[in-house]
Amino acid sequence: MPPLTRWFIKTSFACLILAAALALLMAVLPVFNIGNAGGLFVVYIHLFALGWLTELAFGVIYWMFPTASKERPRGSEALGWWTYALLNAGLFIRAIAEPVNASRPNPVSGWALVLSAIMQFLAGLLFVVNSWPRVRGKQQA
Amino acid sequence: MPRLSVWFIRASLIYLLLGFTLGALMLAQDGISYYPAIYEALPAHMEFLLVGWLVQLAMGMAFWMFPRFGWELPDSRGNQALIWVSFSMLNAGIWAITLDLWLPFGLLIGRVLEIGAVSLFVFGLWRRVKPHGENS
Repeated sequence: MPPLTRWFIKTSFACLILAAALALLMAVLPVFNIGNAGGLFVVYIHLFALGWLTELAFGVIYWMFPTASKERPRGSEALGWWTYALLNAGLFIRAIAEPVNASRPNPVSGWALVLSAIMQFLAGLLFVVNSWPRVRGKQQA
Repeated sequence: MPRLSVWFIRASLIYLLLGFTLGALMLAQDGISYYPAIYEALPAHMEFLLVGWLVQLAMGMAFWMFPRFGWELPDSRGNQALIWVSFSMLNAGIWAITLDLWLPFGLLIGRVLEIGAVSLFVFGLWRRVKPHGENS
C-alpha cells in the first residue's frame, strides 16, 4: 500500500471517529440544554460522506486502479498529495468556520467558507484529472 | 478492468466533479451571499454525490472485482446485458431527479428508474457473491 493511500485511509478513519463523536454531541446538546447544534449537522454529514467515504475511496482508487504507465504507475504523485492536502485542509476549515458562521456570521468565517469551498473543489478536480487515465481496460494500456 | 466498469467509474468521476462544483458554490454562498437561488441545487448536489459518485463507484468496482464464473468464459462476469440496462437506468434516474424542477414527475420517474437499476444490478451480481473458483 503506497504512503499516500495510507494517509488517505488513516485520515478517513479519523474522520469516521470525528463524525460519530459529532453525532453524539448533537444528541447530548439538547438533552442537557447546553447550547445549540447550529451548523453541526452539515459538518457531521460532510465528515461522514466526504472525510470518511470519499477519502477512503480516493485512497483505494490511488492504490488499486490499473497503472497509468510504467514510468508513473499511479499517475502524478504530486497531484495525489495536493488532492490530499486540499481536501483535508478544506474540510478542517469548514468544520471550524461553518458552526461559527451559522451562530455568529462575520467576514472572517464567511471568507473562510469561501476558501474551504475553493480548496475542496480543487481537490476533486485534481483527483479526477489524476485518476481518469487509470480508468481503462487491459487492452488500453 | 471490464468495459462496463470503465463506464460506471468514469461516470462516477464526472458526478464527483459535478457534485463538488455545486457543493463549493453553495458553501461559498454560505460565506458571502452572492446568489441565494444556488441553494435550489442542493437535491442535485446530494444526488450526484450519493448515487452518482458513491453508489455508482461501488457498482463499477463490484462488477470488476467480484469472483467470476471461470476466467476463460466470455460471460464470466454474468449477464452483462442486464448490468448495461442497470447502468443506463441509474443514470437516467439521476438526471430525471436532477431535472425535477423542469421535468413533470421527475422525482417519481427518477426513483422508479433507480430502484429498477439497483434491483437489476443486485439480480445480476447475486451469484457472484461466492468463494473464488466456485462456478455455480
